[in-house]
Amino acid sequence: MAAPEDRAVARPIAALGRRVALGLDAVGYGASLLGQSTYWLAVGRRKRQPVRAAPVAREMMSVGVSAIPIVSVLAGTIGVMLALQGIDALEPFGAQDQVTFGVALSITREFAPLITGIIVAGRSGAALAARLGTMQINNEIDALSVMGIHPVRYLVVPSLLALIVMVPALSIWADGLALGAAGLYVTSDLGMTFPAYLDGVRAALEPGDVIHGVAKAAIFGALIALVAVVNGSQVRGGAEGVGRATTHSVVQSITLIVLADLIFVFAATR
Amino acid sequence: MATDVAGGEPEHEQKVVEVEDLVVRYGDREILHGVSMDVRRGEVMVIMGGSGSGKSTLLRHLLHLERPASGRIRLLGHEVCGMDDLEWTAFSRHLGVAFQSGALFSSMTVGENVLLPLREHTQLDESTMEIMMRLKLEVVSLAGFENLLPSELSGGMIKRAAFARAIIMDPALLFCDEPSAGLDPVVAASLDELILRLRDALGMTIVVVTHELDSAFRIADRITVLDRGHVLISASVDAVRSSDDPRVQDLLNRRFEEEVPDPEEYLSRLTGERFEAVD
Repeated sequence: MAAPEDRAVARPIAALGRRVALGLDAVGYGASLLGQSTYWLAVGRRKRQPVRAAPVAREMMSVGVSAIPIVSVLAGTIGVMLALQGIDALEPFGAQDQVTFGVALSITREFAPLITGIIVAGRSGAALAARLGTMQINNEIDALSVMGIHPVRYLVVPSLLALIVMVPALSIWADGLALGAAGLYVTSDLGMTFPAYLDGVRAALEPGDVIHGVAKAAIFGALIALVAVVNGSQVRGGAEGVGRATTHSVVQSITLIVLADLIFVFAATR
Repeated sequence: MATDVAGGEPEHEQKVVEVEDLVVRYGDREILHGVSMDVRRGEVMVIMGGSGSGKSTLLRHLLHLERPASGRIRLLGHEVCGMDDLEWTAFSRHLGVAFQSGALFSSMTVGENVLLPLREHTQLDESTMEIMMRLKLEVVSLAGFENLLPSELSGGMIKRAAFARAIIMDPALLFCDEPSAGLDPVVAASLDELILRLRDALGMTIVVVTHELDSAFRIADRITVLDRGHVLISASVDAVRSSDDPRVQDLLNRRFEEEVPDPEEYLSRLTGERFEAVD
C-alpha cells in the first residue's frame, strides 16, 4: 500500500495523465469522424446510405442564413471600430487617408473570418453539441444505429458540410458588411467620397487576401462541427452533462479557432 | 443481405438468436460470465432478472451497441460480434428495436419517426410510405396521432409509437427493452397484448427484456432468467415456474437476498486501494 505522501504526489500526476489521454482520445475521435464523413460522402450512395440534400440544406439555413443578422451587426460594428482606431493611430503621422489599406486587409484576412467563426461556434456549435448530447442520453443515437442508419452519415455529415460551406459564406458577407460600415465612417470623417474609398479598398486587396480569409473560415467551420460532435456524443449524466458538453464545445471551438488561425497565418505568411 | 437461418430443422425449431459463452467486462469487472441462450423462430423469449443481473448489458450486446470480451452472438444466422460498423449498418435494418425510453426523435412528429426507416432504406414513393406508416400506427392503436410530437404523447403512447417505428420494416426479429416499465397496469397489459398480436399476426420472433414478472408470464413462450451475469435457467414458462433453483424461486416470489460482501473487496471499494488479508 502506498504511503499518504506518495499518494499526494501520484494523484495529480495520474489526473493529468488521464486528462491528456482523454484529450488525445478526443482528437483521435475527431479525426475518425472526419474520415468517416469523407467516406460517407464518397460512397454513401453506392452503399444505399446517401447523404441527402434536404438535411444539408436545413443545416445550412440554421447555421448560415439564420446567423446573418448577428454576423451583420458584429461585422458592421467591427468595421467602424477598425476605422476609428486606424484613423486615430495614423493621425499623428498625417496619414489618415491610408486607413483604407489597413481596414481592408485586416477585415478580409483576419477579423471577418475570426468573428464569424466565434459567432458560429457560440451559436451553432453549442446547439449541435446540445442536440447530439440530448440524443445521446435519450438513446436516439443507439436507435439510429439499430435501425441501420449510420449516425455519422445521418447526423454528422450534414452539419459538417453545412458549416464548411456556410462559415466561409458568412465570412464573405461579413467582409462586405464590415468594409461597407468602415467606409461610411471613413468617408464621413475624412470627407472622402464612397467611390474613392472603394477604389482604395480595391487597390489594397488582392484575390489572395480574400481567399486567405475564406480558406481559414472553412477550417473554422470544420473545427466547430468536429468539436461539437465529439463533445455531444460523449455526454454522460443527463441534463447537467448536456450543459457541460455545450460549454466545453464553445470554449474548445473558440480556442482551436484562434490557434488554427495563428498556425494558418504563420504558414501562409512565413 | 440474406437473413435465413440454417435450414434442416422444422421452422419453429430454427434458432434465430444464438448466444454462446458471452463474457462481458467493464474494466476489471466481469458483468456477464459466459452467458449462453437461444431464441427460436416465432417465439416470445423473455429475458428476466433483477437489477444488476446483466439483462440490459446482454441486450446492448445483442444489438451490437457494445463489444463482448469473448463469446459468440448469431442473429438470423449471421455472426454479429465480428461485424464492423458498416456491416452492422447493412444488417441491422432486418431488426426492430423498441427502446425502454422509446428513443423517438424529439424534433420529428410521430409520423416522421415511424417513416424514418422507410425513407432511409427504401425507394418507395411518399404516398405509399405514408399509407404504411398509418397502417403501423393502426396496429399499435395510434391512428390519427401522426402529426403530434413525442413531447405531446403519454408514456404508453410513446412506447406504442416506438413499437410502430420498430415494426415499420416488418423485421424478422424484434427486441423490446422493458416495454411495460413505468406504466400503469392497464397500459402495461395493453402493450403485452400488442406483443402477442405482433407474434401471432406478423409471425415475428420477439425478445423482451423485462423485470416485470406479471408481464413476463403473460407474454413469454420461454424465459431466460439471469442473475448476477449468469443464466439460471432458460426454459419454458412452466419449467421456470417449477424450477427448484432457490434463486429462481427468490426472483419469482420477490424475495430479497441480502448480499454478503467479501471484507477485502468491501474495503477496496470504500478506499479505492487494494487490501490483502493478513494471516
